[in-house]
Amino acid sequence: MQELNINGSSVAVDVDPATPLLWVIREQLGLTGSKYGCGIGVCGACTVHVDGRAVRACSLPVAAVTAGQAIVTIEGLSTNGDHPVQRAWDDLDVPQCGYCQPGMIMSVVALLADNPTPSDADIDAAVTNICRCGTFNRVRRGIHLAAERLRDGGA
Amino acid sequence: MERVPLTLSRRDFVIGTTAAGVGLSLGLYLPSASATPEMADDTRELNAWVVIEPDDTVIIRIARSEMGQGTLTGLAQLVAEELECDWSKVTTEYPTPGRNRIRDRVWGSFSTGGSRGIRSSQQYVREGGALARMLLVGAAADRLGVAEAECRAADSVVTHVPSGRSLRYGEVAGDAAKRAPPDSVTLKDPRDWKLIGRPVKRLDTHAKVTGEQVYGTDLTLPGMLNASIRACPVFGGTLKSFDEARVRDMPGVRAVVRVDDTAVAVVADTWWQADTALRALPVVWDQGPNSAVSSASIAALLREGLDAHDAFVGNRAGDVDAALAGAAKRVEAEYAYPFQHHATMEPMNATARWTHERCDVWCPTQNGEAALQAVVEAAGLPAGQCDVHKIDLGGGFGRRGFSDYVTQAVKIARQLPGTPVKLIWSREEDMRHGAYHPITRARLTGGLDADGRLVGLRIRLSGQSILAAVMPGALKDGADMVTFQGMLPDGDHAISYSVPNLLIDHAMRNPPVPPGFWRGVNINQNAIYLECFVDELAHAAGTDPLAFRRALMVGHPRSLGVLNAVAERAGWGTPAAAGVFRGLAVCKTFGSHVAACAEVSVRDGRLKIHRIVAATDCGYAVNPQQIEAQVEGSFVFGLSAMLYGGCTVAGGAVEQHNFDTYRSMTIAEMPQVEAIVMPSGGFWGGVGEPTIAVAAPAVLNAIFAATGRRIRELPLRDTDLRVA
Ligand code: FES
Ligand code: FES
Repeated sequence: MQELNINGSSVAVDVDPATPLLWVIREQLGLTGSKYGCGIGVCGACTVHVDGRAVRACSLPVAAVTAGQAIVTIEGLSTNGDHPVQRAWDDLDVPQCGYCQPGMIMSVVALLADNPTPSDADIDAAVTNICRCGTFNRVRRGIHLAAERLRDGGA
Repeated sequence: MERVPLTLSRRDFVIGTTAAGVGLSLGLYLPSASATPEMADDTRELNAWVVIEPDDTVIIRIARSEMGQGTLTGLAQLVAEELECDWSKVTTEYPTPGRNRIRDRVWGSFSTGGSRGIRSSQQYVREGGALARMLLVGAAADRLGVAEAECRAADSVVTHVPSGRSLRYGEVAGDAAKRAPPDSVTLKDPRDWKLIGRPVKRLDTHAKVTGEQVYGTDLTLPGMLNASIRACPVFGGTLKSFDEARVRDMPGVRAVVRVDDTAVAVVADTWWQADTALRALPVVWDQGPNSAVSSASIAALLREGLDAHDAFVGNRAGDVDAALAGAAKRVEAEYAYPFQHHATMEPMNATARWTHERCDVWCPTQNGEAALQAVVEAAGLPAGQCDVHKIDLGGGFGRRGFSDYVTQAVKIARQLPGTPVKLIWSREEDMRHGAYHPITRARLTGGLDADGRLVGLRIRLSGQSILAAVMPGALKDGADMVTFQGMLPDGDHAISYSVPNLLIDHAMRNPPVPPGFWRGVNINQNAIYLECFVDELAHAAGTDPLAFRRALMVGHPRSLGVLNAVAERAGWGTPAAAGVFRGLAVCKTFGSHVAACAEVSVRDGRLKIHRIVAATDCGYAVNPQQIEAQVEGSFVFGLSAMLYGGCTVAGGAVEQHNFDTYRSMTIAEMPQVEAIVMPSGGFWGGVGEPTIAVAAPAVLNAIFAATGRRIRELPLRDTDLRVA
């Protein structure tokens, strides 16, 4: 059994320690917001936070995460889907198919926590998620909008 | 940061609960064995398209699939426009293909491709909305004891105009549902549209930003097992044997099953366990007849086609040989376009439950009826005992018009009767077994007269036919007319130029790599061939590329309109920023006229795409903000293809296996796209695909302007643009 802290709760999972965190989250814990896209750390669809840092969960064995580390998934980002980044995404209709968007949003939230006033170049460097539908223009607008709102007091 | 308590819902039945929240019903249900099909799906339904609840909730049924393109919202707008309902009360649901079969295809086609979602169903869905409105008005008039003609419907309320008395739709819906439908209907004049043409927000956004949206890969059914599959990587190869004993005792493994004579699947408690065991499974393949096929052998086959005597003619005018022979100047060039993979973000998947009495499949599909047909065939059961439950797609782009993964899921589930099995393809399996963008080459020859006017144009296309592989019945005397997309004399895919002497033909050469419809289909390569070559001709003529095109477009006012619009917005003819160069492209496809102007720079051999101005005239624009989103996205698709999207073949198999070798653009490479939506009215053109076609040629022409170098083979990959 391994202890994990996910979205503020402690859970014990009985799983092969080599299992990637993504599949523990999706299949053991039933949190399917984090997606499988490539399994090799390239696409970002599986992005979650570990201690506030964006991590590609498909490439992180569950054994590498300790019970003391806080894992946050898209489901744990806000109570009512109203994190400023989620609200900006809502307001701008950012998603198309939406499959990449939980990972995209988790990457963006980590970026803004690190850098509340990202330039376009900062965004280019930090957000490397693939979106085959091609939502990038709106993603960029969404990041600036969310950043602005966060600066104005998280409104 | 807010944290929500974790709910351990692993074995929960998730599909019924996820839809709420956003007022969006997925219409998914677990059919009970005792359910008997009755004709109407709901006693409250006004007709197949509309159900109104007593609380005024409007349920609009959507036959086409939502894969990100916004069709769900657009189709609901069309129905709601005529229904005169309160848009804020609108929810949607998908009828199943099985219900469509039982009800004599009352919802028409479920096929979602070819940018047809809106344009080929707009008429009957608007009629459905109008007929439902007439029933509601009639029922209200009866209730009020007044003449129908004195009543008006608006915002889900029927008002008797002279008295001002009114009834809500929800109050009369029960009566309305019992009335006989009127036998004729008049649709609104487009000038009176209130909802069509408005940039309303999508109905399906919120669940996609919270992670609540359930995709096929996320589905959980009670008692469900998971499967990962591997088919012979060599096209046409078969499964010889596998050593089940080596994986039988691995954690979670429940079964190792043969799927036809081509594939083997591992079924386990979790997908990770299934896939891990599959990767460990020793498999022996019979590579079949194609193991020597390579990119080089395919290129040789296509090159031979460029010189072949026999070819299917797609467009002919005047006497091209004479015109070329008499031309003051001749220009000739060869272009090539590679295989490409759809690479939907969500890999192929389907969940099937098979018993001796019934088979149900839950899957993302672009063609529910074809998926149902595949289920019926694979299940070995009568059609009335099978159904398909559609789930929103994590991308489609044409790939999910095919049902190979549905067939596989059923064939696996058949070997575990009563147990639902979710089959997910690994990304590697997904890339090895695509329905690839067809591979083609072209030789183009143009003749200019002494004044630099184009007097003759000869285009020989050589390469793969999608129709020959997937719907040979659609060939016309052996010819695949879809290969001439954007080059035909007339219709939805007509050439945008008038050339007095013209011959465009196709030497069909079909390598053994399965082709499919790939967002844009054949316009992707044809627009590159034509638009880059026209640029070459303009250069040879010493004429500005915009002026050169305009001279050929006198008889094509709508195409000229979009071209002029991008030229003007981009500032064609005025200096760009230092080091920045422009390129143009225009075409008509899927019934719409599109053009793009790209601005690029090339520094130290590296390309930077700064800006794209793109114009679309789709006739009627249902939701301009969604059209903008489609246009923006189409450039990511088209430019990713141009930059990286090549599948190469070695040993009869595709060499790219994942997003590391089959790359896709990221935000850092994304130019600002300025979409001009300029609907001129009077026709319904598609929007999901057309602008992909102008993405690559506009950029390639700008690269030429910047470097003097013509790129005639794609993808660009890491081409050093310094080397001329
Ligand atoms: S699934 Fe983890 S990066 Fe693609
Ligand atoms: S929204 Fe479809 S992949 Fe990003």
